[in-house]
Amino acid sequence: MTVATFEASAPFHIPRWLAPFVVLSFAYIAVPFIGTNYLFEAILLPFLALSLAGVGLNILTGYAGQVSLGSAAFLAVGAFAAYNFNLRIEGLPLIGSIILSGFVAAAIGIVFGLPSLRLKGFYLAVSTLAAQFFVQWALTKFSWFSNDSASGVIDAPSLSIAGIAFNGAVGRYIFSLTIVSLLTFFAYRLVSSQTGRNFIAVRDNETAARIIGVPVLKTKLIAFAISSFIIGVAGVLWAFTYLRTVEPAGFNLDRSFQILFIIILGGLASIRGAFFGAALLVVSPLILSRLGSFLFGDLFNSGVLDMSQRIVLGALIILFLILEPDGLVSLWDRIRKRSVARLNKRKHVGRAAQPTQ
Amino acid sequence: MHLFNQLKAAAVAASLVLSVALPAAHADEQYFPLQSYRVGPYAAGGTGFFGGFIDYLNLINTRDGGVNGVKLTWSEGETQYEVERGVEVYERLKNNPGVAAWNPLSVGIAYAMIDRITQDKVPLITINHGRTDSTDGRVFPYVFPLLLNPYSETSGIVNYIASKEGGLESLKGKKMVVLYHGSPYGKETIPIYELLAKKYGFELQQIEVPHPGNEQQAQWLTIRRAKPDYVVLRGWGVMNPVALKSAAKVGFPVDHIVGNVWSNSEEDAIPAGDAAKGYTAITTQASGAEYPVVKEIIKTLYDNGKGNLEDKNRIGSVYHNLGIVNGILNVEAIRIAQEKFGKRTLTGDEVRWGFEHLQLDPARVEALGAKGLFHSINVSWDNHEGNGYVTFQQWDGKKWNVVSDWIAPDWALLRPIIEKSAEAYAKEKGIKLRTSEDVVTATN
Amino acid sequence: MSGFDWQFFVEVLIGGLLSGVMYSLVAIGFVLIYKTSGVLNFAQGAMLLFAALTFVSLVERGVPFALALIITFAVMVVIGIAIERVVLRPLTNRSPMTLFMATLGLSYILEGAAQLIWGTQVHGLDLGIDDVPFEVGGVLISQFDLFAAAIAAALVLFLSVFFRYTRVGLAFRAVADDQFAALAVGLRLPRIWATVWAVAGLVALVAGLLWGARLGVQFSLSLVVLKALPVLVLGGFDSIPGAIVGGLLIGATEKLAEVYIGEYFGGGTESWFAYVVALAFLLIRPSGIFGQKLVERV
Repeated sequence: MTVATFEASAPFHIPRWLAPFVVLSFAYIAVPFIGTNYLFEAILLPFLALSLAGVGLNILTGYAGQVSLGSAAFLAVGAFAAYNFNLRIEGLPLIGSIILSGFVAAAIGIVFGLPSLRLKGFYLAVSTLAAQFFVQWALTKFSWFSNDSASGVIDAPSLSIAGIAFNGAVGRYIFSLTIVSLLTFFAYRLVSSQTGRNFIAVRDNETAARIIGVPVLKTKLIAFAISSFIIGVAGVLWAFTYLRTVEPAGFNLDRSFQILFIIILGGLASIRGAFFGAALLVVSPLILSRLGSFLFGDLFNSGVLDMSQRIVLGALIILFLILEPDGLVSLWDRIRKRSVARLNKRKHVGRAAQPTQ
Repeated sequence: MHLFNQLKAAAVAASLVLSVALPAAHADEQYFPLQSYRVGPYAAGGTGFFGGFIDYLNLINTRDGGVNGVKLTWSEGETQYEVERGVEVYERLKNNPGVAAWNPLSVGIAYAMIDRITQDKVPLITINHGRTDSTDGRVFPYVFPLLLNPYSETSGIVNYIASKEGGLESLKGKKMVVLYHGSPYGKETIPIYELLAKKYGFELQQIEVPHPGNEQQAQWLTIRRAKPDYVVLRGWGVMNPVALKSAAKVGFPVDHIVGNVWSNSEEDAIPAGDAAKGYTAITTQASGAEYPVVKEIIKTLYDNGKGNLEDKNRIGSVYHNLGIVNGILNVEAIRIAQEKFGKRTLTGDEVRWGFEHLQLDPARVEALGAKGLFHSINVSWDNHEGNGYVTFQQWDGKKWNVVSDWIAPDWALLRPIIEKSAEAYAKEKGIKLRTSEDVVTATN
Repeated sequence: MSGFDWQFFVEVLIGGLLSGVMYSLVAIGFVLIYKTSGVLNFAQGAMLLFAALTFVSLVERGVPFALALIITFAVMVVIGIAIERVVLRPLTNRSPMTLFMATLGLSYILEGAAQLIWGTQVHGLDLGIDDVPFEVGGVLISQFDLFAAAIAAALVLFLSVFFRYTRVGLAFRAVADDQFAALAVGLRLPRIWATVWAVAGLVALVAGLLWGARLGVQFSLSLVVLKALPVLVLGGFDSIPGAIVGGLLIGATEKLAEVYIGEYFGGGTESWFAYVVALAFLLIRPSGIFGQKLVERV
């Protein structure tokens, strides 16, 4: 892992808090009014959960440089832990279950992070698959985890905090949005803190990091813990706000790859990147499938169309990796810079335009 | 970057166009949204099932002009058997007018839909699969695991083995191994096999095969050591042919392996080649194209190039016939509901009423041209499975042949267990149990 | 347990070793590519599926066995070269992770294309070897597994001859040893990469046929890569002997564990046991049995 760029902060006269502020106000105030049920249930809820998982994995992989192929396992741990806390501890508020489940995921993350003390690169990546398969096995094997349900599935409880219920599509969206915003804010603060700088130091050069006094082993384990915490909470959102009934098989290797795709396509070592990547991965298959049936629906049968979509999706991923190595974030930054530069030019004629990357 | 931007612009433009291009509503149409899967790991089953389902709906339209004049319509959304795609298709198609029922043929997608369809008051049909406890209509008003739930399947298989051995008493002292897929689906019947083993006094060993099951050397060596009289295969996907091959490898006789309902298709037997010859499996619907309804589908649709299957050799295959039976059950539920509510487009809740009165005796089944294809069904407001009968087919290397009569599972024995599980679910979710009065008044 | 059943133990052990050979076969495909281009080629499974599906569809359409084999091999070579041209060359010097993701995208394309061209039907594949077990001193041995092991041995032999005595092979080893030095002495990397991908296509074909005969030719064929990954970790990503020894070790231990200690965990341990074995081993030797020691770049 040699992606070494810090978040490219734009040297413009826009305050840093403005963009998130605008996005959040839009998300909280406008979206609930203009959004349709379809938008919430099929796009925004999975988008939010996956984005958060992406943020979590980005801390581990993008910032601390430890590749994990086991993210789905931590989603599952979070989901099943929250379900059990909620079910088994009388009077524990929902938010308590969610936080506790994050800690459970973090603890398990530390256990499966131990190999990182010795392993690097793909050796580590493949060894995280142990988490992937072990967790899935354990959740299926011990039916206690699913309250001995004959079908081995868990159902989301009613979502209410302090007596306010969040059970409709919009309610679940607000619920999810709030948790995602809080944890994203936390992640932002984290990566610019000393711990975050330690992550980057370990990623860029472990030996050098050790020389300047970064506790490498501890830093790696912290990265695993925090990342797993966030992914675990994302798992709760996935199970409670989005699907509502989940089985362990839903947290399979493909899901882990999906989250990895999110951060690679969105942009490694960028919190925003996770959101861009998740948007791309949630929306593009939908657009492809609709576009396909719209343009060629009369010519080919649905089977041919669906297989072609898989091919196109694969090709798009490769094309994207080739054309946009630093992810959607850098594309976005370029567009923004260019447009701001154009604006600046128009406003202050003669003032030099900002150089683009 | 030029290209990418253009692509993006095109995509945005197209999605705008698409959102207005939805089919316009007509009076007197009943719509089936299909969460089909024609690509991905389970595409073989998906194309067969949805092919059969669509063929039957098409037959009703072409031959009868719909159900009492109400045209049947459908559209497909590809899921690749993935849960999120299934949910997306649900949310996308559910607003089309006149939705009759959902038929995902995917356990994961069905689970994720239970909350949604209950809220939207539309029936969810999980023929031969799904949650066992959704059989209990008191707790799951809108979910219908028609014909066969996993518990009944277990009982049916044990009854069949008993009939081969000369009655339930002869099971005493016999030894059975259940080889199950390492998933909630595979584990679901563990307690039922234990219950039946205790009841009938046979020795039982249950062995797990981890997903996906492409390596079973260890399990079959264990079986070889245990020397059971029968092995029940509760498999899924690639696990089935590998089980048959590994059985041959350790010298276990294939005609003493009995497959469950997800181990019973051509797709499970063909890859095993000669090792599958003599393999027997349970089914709710016989395969073959000799049944009148299948013949009519061939005559009306395939001979005119309107059939849904690309490969005509698959007409009458296990999944195709399951799709046809599923079509019959859906259409008849609509017909029954129309008797009560009028011959018009019904609401989802009215169709639910139809399913709760879906009673097809063997005479009616024969009238529908399906004698021998499936036995009968008897759904009521609190029994959403409908007491389907099972039969057993043996693979001869080319096709399945029925080798047993229609066998009844021991429903009375299983019902209390199902009720207990359903009640636990109701308690966890805070659901009030329905009574028979609710069935009538719930319709609006 | 009184009177340990040694016969049974040997049977499980041999069965495990022979399964291990099958894992190695898949792992070798990974190693070839990883050694030269540093890519963990996840599309190996899809290539395997593509090869087996192409072969079996040709045979079903009446093409003679040998001809089908040749055509499929030619197709795999073309695909290998195309992959190098279209996917890897534009991604030169990107991070290993990016390359890995690209191969994931590639597997979508190959899986989609295989099903688009040949349909979604499952096929049986009969290589003409009876899979009836024979008995040696009370121990059952599978004829087919022995045959598979022989094929794998032949393949390894062929590869070692190829890499030892041909120009391309020498170049391959030079590249594997040191890419920059190889470049400096004027070796043309793209051509070597293309050759390696073509050879990986051959390995995929062989593995696809053998696994296809065991599982049937269907989509799940691409899942056998999951069996190869722990083998790679154990044997080292860049070592062919490692892939073989690793495969044997994993095959034997996972079978023995499932039979003898699996019941204490309730069985079904094979999905993760291999990874745990590999991990435990790695904690002692971080780059596998025969893997090259990782050189840290400062």
